[in-house]
Amino acid sequence: VSLATPASTRAAAAPRPPRGRGGSGRHQGWVAFLFISPWLIGFLVFMAYPVVYTGYLSLTDYDVINDPTFLGLDNYRELVSDEKVVLALRNTFVYTLMSVPAQLVFSLGLALLLQRAGRAAGFFRTAFFLPKMTPPVAVGVLLLMLLNGQSGLLNELLGWFGINGPNWTTDPDWVKPGLVVTSLWTVGSSVIILLAALQEVPEELLDAARVDGASWSRRLWHVVLPIISPAIYFIVVVDTIASLQSFTEAYTAFFGAGNTTYSNDAALFYAIYLFQQAFEFLHMGYASAMAVLLFAIVMVVTAVQVMLSRRYVHYTGGAR
Amino acid sequence: MSTLDRASEAGPTTSLPPEQLASDDAVPPPPQRGPGHRGIATRVFVGAALAVMTVAFVYPFIWLISASLKPRSDVFDNRLIPETLTFDNYIEVWNAAPMAAWLMNTAFVTVMATLTVTISSALVAWGFARYQFRGRNLLFGLVLASMMIPGAATMIPTYLIWNSLGLVGTLTPLWAGNVFGTAFYIFLLRQFFLGLPPELFDAAEIDGAGHWRVFWHIALPLTRPALVVVALFEFQAAWTDLMRGLIYLRDREDFTVPRGLKSMLDQFGFGGEWHWELIVTASVITTLPMIIVFFIGQRQIIQGVASTGTKG
Repeated sequence: VSLATPASTRAAAAPRPPRGRGGSGRHQGWVAFLFISPWLIGFLVFMAYPVVYTGYLSLTDYDVINDPTFLGLDNYRELVSDEKVVLALRNTFVYTLMSVPAQLVFSLGLALLLQRAGRAAGFFRTAFFLPKMTPPVAVGVLLLMLLNGQSGLLNELLGWFGINGPNWTTDPDWVKPGLVVTSLWTVGSSVIILLAALQEVPEELLDAARVDGASWSRRLWHVVLPIISPAIYFIVVVDTIASLQSFTEAYTAFFGAGNTTYSNDAALFYAIYLFQQAFEFLHMGYASAMAVLLFAIVMVVTAVQVMLSRRYVHYTGGAR
Repeated sequence: MSTLDRASEAGPTTSLPPEQLASDDAVPPPPQRGPGHRGIATRVFVGAALAVMTVAFVYPFIWLISASLKPRSDVFDNRLIPETLTFDNYIEVWNAAPMAAWLMNTAFVTVMATLTVTISSALVAWGFARYQFRGRNLLFGLVLASMMIPGAATMIPTYLIWNSLGLVGTLTPLWAGNVFGTAFYIFLLRQFFLGLPPELFDAAEIDGAGHWRVFWHIALPLTRPALVVVALFEFQAAWTDLMRGLIYLRDREDFTVPRGLKSMLDQFGFGGEWHWELIVTASVITTLPMIIVFFIGQRQIIQGVASTGTKG
């Protein structure tokens, strides 16, 4: 991975411009700092300071109206004994463990199909990507409508095959699978990334494997998947981080002002509970402690994935 | 980077080679192989599977539009063609909710968010791509690292900042953070700038062009394809964002369309009134602009997505 090298190697190759107004400007640090100053300011004000201040607030009791009162580690003690935190964590992990592999396998299947679609690939690609443009709120609405247990389209479809579909939107055991099914509808970008990776697989390698008598599944497992493993890794990392923070679809469908008619504990994701604590109950200190925990979880999960990638992800040399 | 699900678009292994954006088709059709018996069977299977999947992906839209043209009692009948075709819902939804205001608010937020983030990210990306300065690699590492920070970790203090400025309840917090650029777009544009020949800019400097002129009149026009991708990504992100609307908007008239749709769901869905036909119609109104944007910018969007993850 060469993220930072090209400019420096190029600077050596480029002829030095003569000194004058703006001459040799590439070494004028202050100009560069002017250019990057928007991000520098934004980083300090909206990233560095908030992260530090979240850490501070997590040690306090704060409701926005009154000044924060220092509590020490009380919020964290409450956190580990809060049944809803435990529930929200379990929901989030279960959902992530279901949706990330499901999305990966599904999008890989679609990409493999697209690869063989010939001239019509563009059309199908468009169809598969379209749902990704849909506002997540509307996806939440569609979930409620199409996965409705009594009159939803999905169960009607399952009925054609003699399957008595579950109550996806009300049965606690089926709420998360319903959300996973819904998430499969928006795998468009993964499909496109995987398709682009599949098209980089050298044809000679596949031909060689074919000559050696390797079956389609063996070629896929031993040739194709290792070569596209960087793209797979990228998708797994991005989807995992997104799943751990998933909010909008589930919040739309199962939470909010009017939604008191049924139990929605099964859809209580961590980000939803955090949002409720912060902005519905104004428990800013407690919510900050939740945020610190989420931050830690994301970091640990990412670190584990980085370690696993050293073992399973193959970066072929000579990437263009 | 303030929506929680924005992470799905960000990642450290992202790159945007300009040749891929500039070319007409980043994903060319694969070479055809001669058909055999197995080849034909495979083709039939592939064709059938693609057809089924296309229906699965597109049908929810058709269902939604169809349902929005049905009277209240028929919304859940799952018919493709409405038994009774009516446009009443589209009139009714305008009476039931300040839809025009919501659309205006969202359009304003989306345009401001897109304009500011595109320009500011390009500025910053240029600073990192063109100039050498002490601490550059460290700072750029910070740009990349900041993509990993979950939105929740900054959400509360960010709210408190806008609150102390008296801007909670206005549309400003929904876009103003974008004037500082976004790490993912900075990364994307920097990659693109690095792909341009530096001799071009050196020559312009020799001719006496200042730093700003080189950036604004030479580099930016050459970056148009990447700028379009950034603008399209942000347009979609800003139009569809719900969470900031939930956090910052108080009065119904100030809502964005996604926030408004959520409030309609709360009011007409579970609130006891059971006007699902209005919710369905509002969903169509919320979604349609994105479909239009997609069909206008389809090539750039797909190429932009394709180039996010292919290169290690």
